[in-house]
Amino acid sequence: MADVITYREAVAEGIAREMRRDPAVVCLGEDIGAAGGVFKTTAGLFKEFGPERVWDTPISEQAIVGAAMGAAMTGMRPVAEIMFSDFLACCWDYLANEIPKVRYMTGGQVTVPLVVRTANGGGLGFGAQHSQATENWALTVPGLKIAAPATPADVIGMMAAAIRSDDPVVFFEHKGLLASKGAPVPPDHVVELGRAAVVREGADVTLVALAAMVPLALRAAALLAAEGIEAEVVDLRCLVPLDMSTVLASLARTSRLVTVEENPYQGGWGATLVSVVADEGFGLLDAPVRRVAGECVPLPFADVLEERVIPTVDKVVAAVRDLTAY
Amino acid sequence: MDTGELLAMYERMALIRRTEKAAHDLFLQGLVKGTTHLAAGHEAIAVGASAALRADDYVFATYRGHHHALARGATPEECLAELMSRATGLCGAKGGSMHLTKAATGMLGSYAIVGAHLPMAAGAAWSARLRGTGQIAVAFFGDGATNIGAFHEALNLAAVWKLPVLFVCENNLYMEYTRIADVTAVARPAADRAPAYGIPGESVDGNDVVAVRESVARLAERARAGDGPALLEAATYRHFGHSRSDPAAYRPAEEVERWLKHDPLDLARGRLTELGVPEETVTAADERAQETVRQAVDAARNAPPPDPRDALTDVWADGGAAWRT
Ligand SMILES: Cc1ncc(C[n+]2csc(CCOP(=O)(O)OP(=O)(O)O)c2C)c(N)n1
Repeated sequence: MADVITYREAVAEGIAREMRRDPAVVCLGEDIGAAGGVFKTTAGLFKEFGPERVWDTPISEQAIVGAAMGAAMTGMRPVAEIMFSDFLACCWDYLANEIPKVRYMTGGQVTVPLVVRTANGGGLGFGAQHSQATENWALTVPGLKIAAPATPADVIGMMAAAIRSDDPVVFFEHKGLLASKGAPVPPDHVVELGRAAVVREGADVTLVALAAMVPLALRAAALLAAEGIEAEVVDLRCLVPLDMSTVLASLARTSRLVTVEENPYQGGWGATLVSVVADEGFGLLDAPVRRVAGECVPLPFADVLEERVIPTVDKVVAAVRDLTAY
Repeated sequence: MDTGELLAMYERMALIRRTEKAAHDLFLQGLVKGTTHLAAGHEAIAVGASAALRADDYVFATYRGHHHALARGATPEECLAELMSRATGLCGAKGGSMHLTKAATGMLGSYAIVGAHLPMAAGAAWSARLRGTGQIAVAFFGDGATNIGAFHEALNLAAVWKLPVLFVCENNLYMEYTRIADVTAVARPAADRAPAYGIPGESVDGNDVVAVRESVARLAERARAGDGPALLEAATYRHFGHSRSDPAAYRPAEEVERWLKHDPLDLARGRLTELGVPEETVTAADERAQETVRQAVDAARNAPPPDPRDALTDVWADGGAAWRT
């Protein structure tokens, strides 16, 4: 085993482990076969498992996710790739109307154990139609589980949990993290969905973050520590199920809350999170809550413009300073 | 044609017709909420196709799917209880008229987003192929669905992956209130598109249960042999309007009359008589269907409503609906 693994390699490794374990796991998507995916997140799968397990599709997002659904209903565990998360809109019917509703409206007769993987998020200058953080779209749909790992180890562990899940999971792989590195994990590493992680302890403020916002929050926490402010950083890892108990327990220690969200402020997951805090944890707070989130604009192209509208370390540091002075 | 089989198909069509009539009556009595899309007139397609399929093949239908559920083994009682919001309904009254599903008999659902189930049927066929079971999948849909993107994506994927799936279009000439011919560039909205995907596109008289059975049997065999998908366009007519609120005043009287004279039950009855089956035998089949539906209506009427607590079950595989831990 190499001593480091990239996030990108972890995606392929996570899928490969499940494909070795369970012959019902099959992959489909555009360019995922011999080409190894446009982000090389499926590299090696075609070679190891062949064309009967790793299927190249036409550019047909509805067919990809719709066929994955039909296969999942009839005994397979498909892992479908939608190249960029922006393209989820092309198959939104399946994510909003078909996959999440069929179990319910059939009175529990049908199970849809599939994973829709997709490259999410900005920071790379891909422009408005290839850069959005869209996990909040899925958050509005009852019946979808939402995973968004921040580290290679979590990619592998959460991929295992997602593929083994009897429920549909939308799995957001952050483009800005693909090259990031981490330690490899032992065989059968599984990270249960709906378990947040406290990735840095601190007594002064709780930063709750997801995916690429986790390392960003950690960088902000390091800067704040130099000023004597100790931030606790919670990596949510999943939006559904949402681990509110870890968030509330952290708030009981820190009494201050900042969410760090890449999605636009309006309709972002932080809004749900702080509403639960207001409802159930109001007494834990010694200050208002702050949400550092994306602006409500399409993502612009130029770096200076993109940085203006998505969270940065400086914006997080400023929000925390403001709160601790409250 | 084996007269026993034809008689059984006739009886199944009669059962569907009676159930549709009951659904209509119950609606007028205020006992069926929401809406219904009755399939009276389309029976031969569901019954003819089912007769040609294996018991373990998969079927996907639309909101106009009562006939498919009933043809694939759902009972009138389960269906009517579902329409009447009873706990004993096919889907525990969480589905309703537009979502009749009986997974245990391969009736994998009725979908109300036009065309959405065509890729799913392709996926079920893909799964059958991967598992090597020899099953096929059939998607039934309306003529209107042929102008939806998912139709084209599903056809191409099924063709290029050579999947064992049949796409069966029930062309009843109308979408909701608009003639399909007024908004479609080709004369046969389904069959004429088949060459673009390199697959067979056939037409059949959708009111002739024997013709449907033969066409589906032939195309199913082809699919099972690994030769890939096909499109079958079945010409038919709905006896009612699009949904319960539609008196269908937009249809010319002569057209309605012509089609009502070409009723699938009458056609089957005529064939039975030609084959020498006595009139009383056919009438007895009708009466059995009528009695089954009468009892189904009684049972559904007397069934309890669902427990409100069940509104919060069945989102997840563990039976619950929790979005947080
Ligand atoms: C995507 C979508 N658009 C519009 C509708 C509304 N709608 C319901 S049925 C229907 C007509 C469909 O006609 P057709 O496919 O010919 O089937 P038929 O009702 O004749 O069986 C329409 C437009 C819908 N359910 N889904």
